[in-house]
Amino acid sequence: MSARVGIVLFPGSCDEHDALLAVERAGLEPEYLWHADPDLKGVDAVIVPGGFSYGDYLRVGAIARFAPVMEEVSRFAVEGGPVLGICNGFQVLCEAHLLPGALLPNNSLRFVCRQVDVVVEHDRTVFTRASEPGEVLSLPVKHTTGCWFAPAEQLDQLEANGQLVLRYAAGHNPNGSTRDVAGVSNEAGNVLGLMPHPEHATDALTGSTDGLRLFTALSPVAA
Amino acid sequence: MSVAVEDTSRLFSEARALGLTDDETRRIVELLGREPNAVELAVFSLLWSEHCAYKHSKKLLRKLPTEGERVLMGPGENAGAIDVGDGLAVVFKVESHNHPSAVEPFQGAATGVGGILRDIFALGARPVAVLDSLRFGDLDTPRTRFLLERVVAGIGAYGNSIGVPTVGGEVVFEPPYEQNCLVNAMCVGLAPAERLIRSAAAGPGNVIVLLGARTGRDGIGGASVLASAELEEGDAKRPTVQIGDPFEESKLIECCLELVDSELLVSLQDLGAAGLSSSTSEMASKGGVGIDLDVSKVPLREPGMEPFEIMISESQERMLCVVEPRQLDAVLAVCRRWETRATPIGEVTDSGRLRVFDGDAPAGDMPVTALVDECPLYDLDPQEPVDRLAAFAAPKARLAPDASHDDVLRALLGSENVASRRWVFEQYDSLVGSRTVRRPQQADAAVLRLALGDVRTDRALAVSIDGNGRRVAHDPYIGAAEAVAECAANLACVGAEPLGLTNCLNFGNPEKPHVAWQLTRAVEGMAAACRALDVPVVGGNVSLYNEGPEGPIYPTPVVGMVGELPDAARAGRVGFAEPGDMVALLGPFTPSLRGSELARLEGRLGDGLEPFDLGDVREALDLVREAVRTGAVRSAHDVSEGGLACTVAECAIAGGVGATLDLEPLARRAGVDGRTALFGEGPGGILVSGPRETLLDLSTKAAHAGFLALGQVGGSTIDLAAPAARLGISVEDAGDLFDFALANRLS
Amino acid sequence: MRVRVLIRPKEGILDPQGQAVERALPALGYDDVSNVHVGRLVELDVAGDGDVEAQVREMCERLLANPLIESYEVQAIG
Repeated sequence: MSARVGIVLFPGSCDEHDALLAVERAGLEPEYLWHADPDLKGVDAVIVPGGFSYGDYLRVGAIARFAPVMEEVSRFAVEGGPVLGICNGFQVLCEAHLLPGALLPNNSLRFVCRQVDVVVEHDRTVFTRASEPGEVLSLPVKHTTGCWFAPAEQLDQLEANGQLVLRYAAGHNPNGSTRDVAGVSNEAGNVLGLMPHPEHATDALTGSTDGLRLFTALSPVAA
Repeated sequence: MSVAVEDTSRLFSEARALGLTDDETRRIVELLGREPNAVELAVFSLLWSEHCAYKHSKKLLRKLPTEGERVLMGPGENAGAIDVGDGLAVVFKVESHNHPSAVEPFQGAATGVGGILRDIFALGARPVAVLDSLRFGDLDTPRTRFLLERVVAGIGAYGNSIGVPTVGGEVVFEPPYEQNCLVNAMCVGLAPAERLIRSAAAGPGNVIVLLGARTGRDGIGGASVLASAELEEGDAKRPTVQIGDPFEESKLIECCLELVDSELLVSLQDLGAAGLSSSTSEMASKGGVGIDLDVSKVPLREPGMEPFEIMISESQERMLCVVEPRQLDAVLAVCRRWETRATPIGEVTDSGRLRVFDGDAPAGDMPVTALVDECPLYDLDPQEPVDRLAAFAAPKARLAPDASHDDVLRALLGSENVASRRWVFEQYDSLVGSRTVRRPQQADAAVLRLALGDVRTDRALAVSIDGNGRRVAHDPYIGAAEAVAECAANLACVGAEPLGLTNCLNFGNPEKPHVAWQLTRAVEGMAAACRALDVPVVGGNVSLYNEGPEGPIYPTPVVGMVGELPDAARAGRVGFAEPGDMVALLGPFTPSLRGSELARLEGRLGDGLEPFDLGDVREALDLVREAVRTGAVRSAHDVSEGGLACTVAECAIAGGVGATLDLEPLARRAGVDGRTALFGEGPGGILVSGPRETLLDLSTKAAHAGFLALGQVGGSTIDLAAPAARLGISVEDAGDLFDFALANRLS
Repeated sequence: MRVRVLIRPKEGILDPQGQAVERALPALGYDDVSNVHVGRLVELDVAGDGDVEAQVREMCERLLANPLIESYEVQAIG
């Protein structure tokens, strides 16, 4: 019996269907979770997908984090459930304080859609446990507000805890993020947020397949 | 009905201010049987504007072939629709938003995207791709840089937020577009073929429901004022700018698609130019019915709006639908779930009239036929000018006529109309939707997996958009045919067979005989090419009066073409693949420097274009398509701007491997010198590469169509030999030049 | 009461928008400009008798601003 993966759907989400396809390709069962329903339907893992939830109004992810479903996602995360935030999802999880730091506008102030190399620094999170530290993944980024930031005082601690999980390879940082960070986790390692889109790297027909392993890593999680 | 004395009554002066001629005003009085009131005059002025009524182009457009076995909807509906098998229809159209983009480029471009998206989901189709054709002035002027930045940002802001990928396009920089930029937006959508919905209103007693955003004063006066007259020096005729809200439209798309899927609607129409007045008139006209409208029911964003303002407002993100009374509650429930405003504002009648009320008070009453069918259509008075290029200044010379071939290639690769568009396309999300099989710059056309909902196939669609301005100015008939051929060649290079075409005709003032001549000859050339290539025209758009005190734009037909390929995994690519592969030129290509990019860089406008045989081009494209589909070739790229040398460089850069070629066979066949063989342009040339055995096999099939073996893939340099000419450049240097030229010019 | 909230990038946070504006001004002839920052303005009417400014500060902490990267200022304007 394969793991059931919930994909949160906000008004303005864009990449939810792409996340659904990726989950299917990983041999798992996807299910949409409507923003207004505080009900995770007993899923084994949650994905908060990319897009422009609530039009990115006020501040990216700022309004989405208060959607009824997010209370349940927070509870699920605190209890150790696997939660993956992709791009806008990463922004929402930071706003919800489930992940450290915040996302600022890209240095270039422009939207950037580009294939980049991302290095997996740690395999201790649920999503990177199928990867080797040092492994390079070719993944696309597509965002305007992807420059991850955390105050200087926090950075060394986060580094020591192994929470700076994914880094852009040298010369590949598309947004100016601190220490070339592309993705971070919470301390326990069950919540991961990343700006690159692994769901757009699961099918050889449309690009690289390096992203698939972040989803197949969920397989042993079935209830 | 001639006039010796100028009518000076208030009606006529108001009508003139709204863009109507005195003869048109007299006709309106005749049709109404009385003078129109303010609301009626406003509505007529917009419905009878060039943009809405196509007064100067409708007769001419009848020359285009529109029939095809698989055509489900042709010109006249919101978009064209073609049966693409597996129970699906592909829906597509291109539209211009030139004038608003010149005024406010970010919002003009953004709302252009919003508008074309609405034309697609108005048929019940899910938008799956956007492409844009952009034309600006000289890249070195501050105005051009400003427009480029803002237009690209606007397209990105709207398309990226709404989750529809922008997968292709073109950008061209030429001085005649300085004051009149061109922004043509194309959208492709997919729908279950059985579920397409039309816009004709039907069923007296049925309810007219307004969906989406509230109505404000956006764009009041936009369609009639801007698109029907040249802009004058320091013109004050700048209407309130339309502001787009992609978040609102994303909800509107889901809401409309669910309403159509649930079969809750009688008809659906988007609100675009001229807002409620044009949508209701067109819906009523198509259905042969009447419509009663109460403007006091329209949800407003601003207080104190007059009935005429509500009727002509161009506020974005609104749709109109016709609903049977028994389905109204269900419709409102769907809209509530998608957080989309839905308001009954009128009903269908059998009066044949558009009646506008403000509560109980009548505000306007016009026969629908008067608004839509009785608009005068004008014959053009085409006259070929003695000097076709007289209206255009010769381009600034940037290359000496004795420049070495190496220097010429470098100049071309780094020039604004040849260099990579990476700076542009990296600002667009080309991936969302998981259908993109070929991303920008990977192949000559965008390729999208054919899939919708539960329907998943191994097949794909290909889309390309191509226009032509400078060459059309040289010869409108040949130039327009070249644009169609170029599009078809781009499709063939990815292995796709054309299904249908949409076009946007961007021209100057059609009341001027030489512009009328350009327009007429261009349409004739386009029609001839469509017939020869068997591609029906399923819809399009005309944008006239693109000129100002400095002069007109180049006559610019823009063509968008959609095709299909049976195996997405075999979609063609631009890049050379394997060292040792043979490189060959397929097709009847006859290079010429007339109207070429090289001529432009040398400061020369040519005279005329070389004619070409459409049948020979078709034969070559059929062979290329087959060769790509079977894998006989590993790369295919058509020769266009910059000539064969640039084509070779682009294939080498994309593949990361060089080539050594001898163009002597081409020079000999075409009877041209080395320089012309290297940099000459013209249709019907496809550069292919692949395993020696399969290419030799292809050479026998292609003997009549034209096949020249030129050399071999390999090494890290591009080495081209031609009679009395030689050039060489490393792939790395060529790549650096090509990829970053635009970004470097803009920083 | 009508309240205005000004939200700015926190001191020390990279502000690319502010930098872009600062770079653009000299081209228009303004050479003496420095320290440009770009932020956001939120204006709202708050009814009721409670401590309105305290309420709005709470709104800032929870929604209107991200205290990790932004500072805010609340002004009563009528």
